Amino acid sequence: MDALAAIRDVFFQECEEQLAELESGLLAMEGGDTDPETINAVFRAVHSIKGGAGAFSLEALIRFAHVFETALDEMRSGRLAASSDVLKIMLRAADVLADLVRAARADEDGQHPHAATLADELKAMSGQAGDSDETEEDWGDFEFQPMAAAMDAPEAAPAGPTGFKVTFKPRTDLYAKANEAALLLRELARVGTTEVELDAHDVPPLHEMDPEAAYLSWIITVTGDADEASIREVFEWVDGDCELTIEPIGGEAAGEDAGEAAFDLSALLARVQGDAPAEAAPEPEAPVAFEPIAEAPIAAPTPVVAAAPAPVTPPAAANEASADGPAGAGQRKSDAAAAGATIRVDLDRVDRLIDLVGELVINQAVLAQRVMEAGLARASAVAMGLDELEQLTREIQDSVMAIRAQPVKSVFQRMPRLVREVAAMTGKPVRLVTEGEGTEVDKTVIERLADPLTHMIRNAIDHGLESPEKRAAAGKPAEGVVRLSAAHRSGRIVIEVADDGGGINRERVKSIAIEKGLIGAEAALSDEEIDNLIFMPGFSTASEVSDISGRGVGMDVVRRSIQALGGRITITSRPGKGSTFTMSLPLTLAVLDGMVVSVEGQTLVAPITAIIETLQPKAEDVHSLGGHARVISIRGGFVPLIDVGMALGYRREPLPATQGVALLIEGEGGSRAALLCDAIQGQRQVVIKSLEANYRQVPGVAAATILGDGRVALILDIDTIVTVSRGDMRKAG
Amino acid sequence: MNQVISQNGQNHTGGMKELISFRIGAQEFCVDIMAIREIRGWTAATALPQSPSFVRGVINLRGAVLPIVDLASRLGFESTEANDRNVIIVAQIGEQVVGLLVDAVSDILTITDDMIQPTPDVASETAKTFVRGLIPMEGRMISLIGLERVLPDMELEAA
Repeated sequence: MDALAAIRDVFFQECEEQLAELESGLLAMEGGDTDPETINAVFRAVHSIKGGAGAFSLEALIRFAHVFETALDEMRSGRLAASSDVLKIMLRAADVLADLVRAARADEDGQHPHAATLADELKAMSGQAGDSDETEEDWGDFEFQPMAAAMDAPEAAPAGPTGFKVTFKPRTDLYAKANEAALLLRELARVGTTEVELDAHDVPPLHEMDPEAAYLSWIITVTGDADEASIREVFEWVDGDCELTIEPIGGEAAGEDAGEAAFDLSALLARVQGDAPAEAAPEPEAPVAFEPIAEAPIAAPTPVVAAAPAPVTPPAAANEASADGPAGAGQRKSDAAAAGATIRVDLDRVDRLIDLVGELVINQAVLAQRVMEAGLARASAVAMGLDELEQLTREIQDSVMAIRAQPVKSVFQRMPRLVREVAAMTGKPVRLVTEGEGTEVDKTVIERLADPLTHMIRNAIDHGLESPEKRAAAGKPAEGVVRLSAAHRSGRIVIEVADDGGGINRERVKSIAIEKGLIGAEAALSDEEIDNLIFMPGFSTASEVSDISGRGVGMDVVRRSIQALGGRITITSRPGKGSTFTMSLPLTLAVLDGMVVSVEGQTLVAPITAIIETLQPKAEDVHSLGGHARVISIRGGFVPLIDVGMALGYRREPLPATQGVALLIEGEGGSRAALLCDAIQGQRQVVIKSLEANYRQVPGVAAATILGDGRVALILDIDTIVTVSRGDMRKAG
Repeated sequence: MNQVISQNGQNHTGGMKELISFRIGAQEFCVDIMAIREIRGWTAATALPQSPSFVRGVINLRGAVLPIVDLASRLGFESTEANDRNVIIVAQIGEQVVGLLVDAVSDILTITDDMIQPTPDVASETAKTFVRGLIPMEGRMISLIGLERVLPDMELEAA
């Protein structure tokens, strides 16, 4: 059972990849890509999903994938033009397919609200384009022989015939690709009640027999619930490597075939015995379990789940051959040439490796410090060896981090669908342009990027872009453009969401902020400051809450989630030209840029993303508000001055402000405060270590890290420190 | 493990057990050796804010952040004056790894379960919380400590 669950897991993982492939292929075609390989890739993706779904009996998924595949095949064969309307439907179908896959993963093999309508649209499209529906199954086989073309309507009403006569004649290729006729027959028996007859007429005398050739064929009568599609599915993976006809019983052709097919085992036996000494009679008694001895070297060793693709087969066929019929489940390999050589590794193993390398780096630093302390000259052989070691460890660290890095493509890919949906809801035509999809960043960052990005793109379309009429009046093309781009910039990843809409209406933003009491009525703000008001908690520009972006969260939530990732978000806006949101994020969550400070003999690290500036408090700027509460005046405004040593309980008496250094920070919700420390030691990148793993959460401390001297330093949780200090006097101790 | 079936009619089994004994002041304690990962010398710990006094702070144990519990203070004695002669017993408690600061490790004892005598009913809360039993050994008394509640509880935090 566990093995099956594991295969199922792999199947769904691959489904995600196939879906991504599908969507990017369709989008490329929408963008004018006419490469036949693109449509082939798209087709393969749907076909693979369908195949895997078949193995797990995911009915709703199979049905929809089948219709989708049929339509795609029409397009592939050139009978259906890849017009933009057609592609739009295809894209929506891809969305539905993705939903169905997800539903299946969550074990709800139910109905999708749009599946039926889209299936009809797809059918209508493929129907118009031609009636040779049968070819749908032969996608990968360019030497298809139209054996089955006699049949109409693959989705024939199941109520029709009472049974089918299946003639199945494997070609040599079928065995060469490690398929196994007996397994197919066994699988067929699962579809309905079968009666199998072996047709051995073609078996030559033993001395003429080619040991690798296929001579046998079978005639199977299937009765019961089976419909043609499910029978066809059994042979899906060997399509093209066998001659296959499926006829409803009672059909015109049935009679003659039946007569001809009657097979007399004893007659054959007699022939064989007559021709040669019966030392190697190739037939066991039961035809179903028949394994031609001649084929044994190829076929017999691999009646197992994952047959590797035969290396000589062309890519398209390889895809088929790699999954061995019924049991072949999720083992298909995506096109090896396109995907490059990759392996799947358990994330825990990678993380363990990253941990170990982190320890190596720390150890190396400790060692270097010890060597310095020992008074060895910098030019000594030991010190030089250490330098080399340091370089190596850095390189190892970078390479290991790169394992976790993934292209942002995986999250960018979800956006076209979102844009389509929001565009449909708002009635604004939108084109999404993505750039830098290959930019790599830590997997965890990618995962946590999806929500804020979704929100920002919704916002860009709903609030950023004007209505088509307004755009026309402004002399802009009716179709709005939302640009999503990613790039590496000075050790961080910068992601931009830009729209070519009307820009921020500063008058309105300001009046709303005043109305909501976020700023004073006569506050003099620069344009930039006004733009940034939209990040204030409780700010929402839409006067009525719209269905799309008004979900009770505003840009403040976006900003908070970006900050939680150690990032910053800014906005630039030009009236009439549009707005650009720029997010700058660390490449990994495992390290953090920190300001190392000392407080009462303790070394602490403050995340640099929160720090706006550092300053030396002057006596005249610091004012006491009674008790230990102090404020500091910075350029005319007052912000609370928080003694970090007091807040963390390291000391009982506050440090005189002039003896320390203040870090001006901006916490959650944009509130500012100055943190008073004893001294600043410097900036450095630190590896984040969990405190909770062996202990528990400590208020005011976000995590820990290990410094070059091997000691543990605490990373400050600035928001908590500010909140705690803001509350009334903390209980001492 | 050698299972020794006791023949004295009380119908209980007495498995062999190995314990590590250590000193805190004049007292001797022991813990099950199976919970112990390693024993190491004292290194200065980084103090943790908002923590009970028996939590000395955290140290770096080959890249992991390890909390150090002053066992003397935890058990209600005078807290240990940490110096180079002290040792840290690194113990696995459930999913967590914790360092226990003690004066010195003295011995490895092999005992059978029936050598453990129940803790007499004394008023001390700490005794009830930590002492699992008493082992008489060559005229001395060694308290068997249970480590499950060495780390501060959540209730303490809420207080």
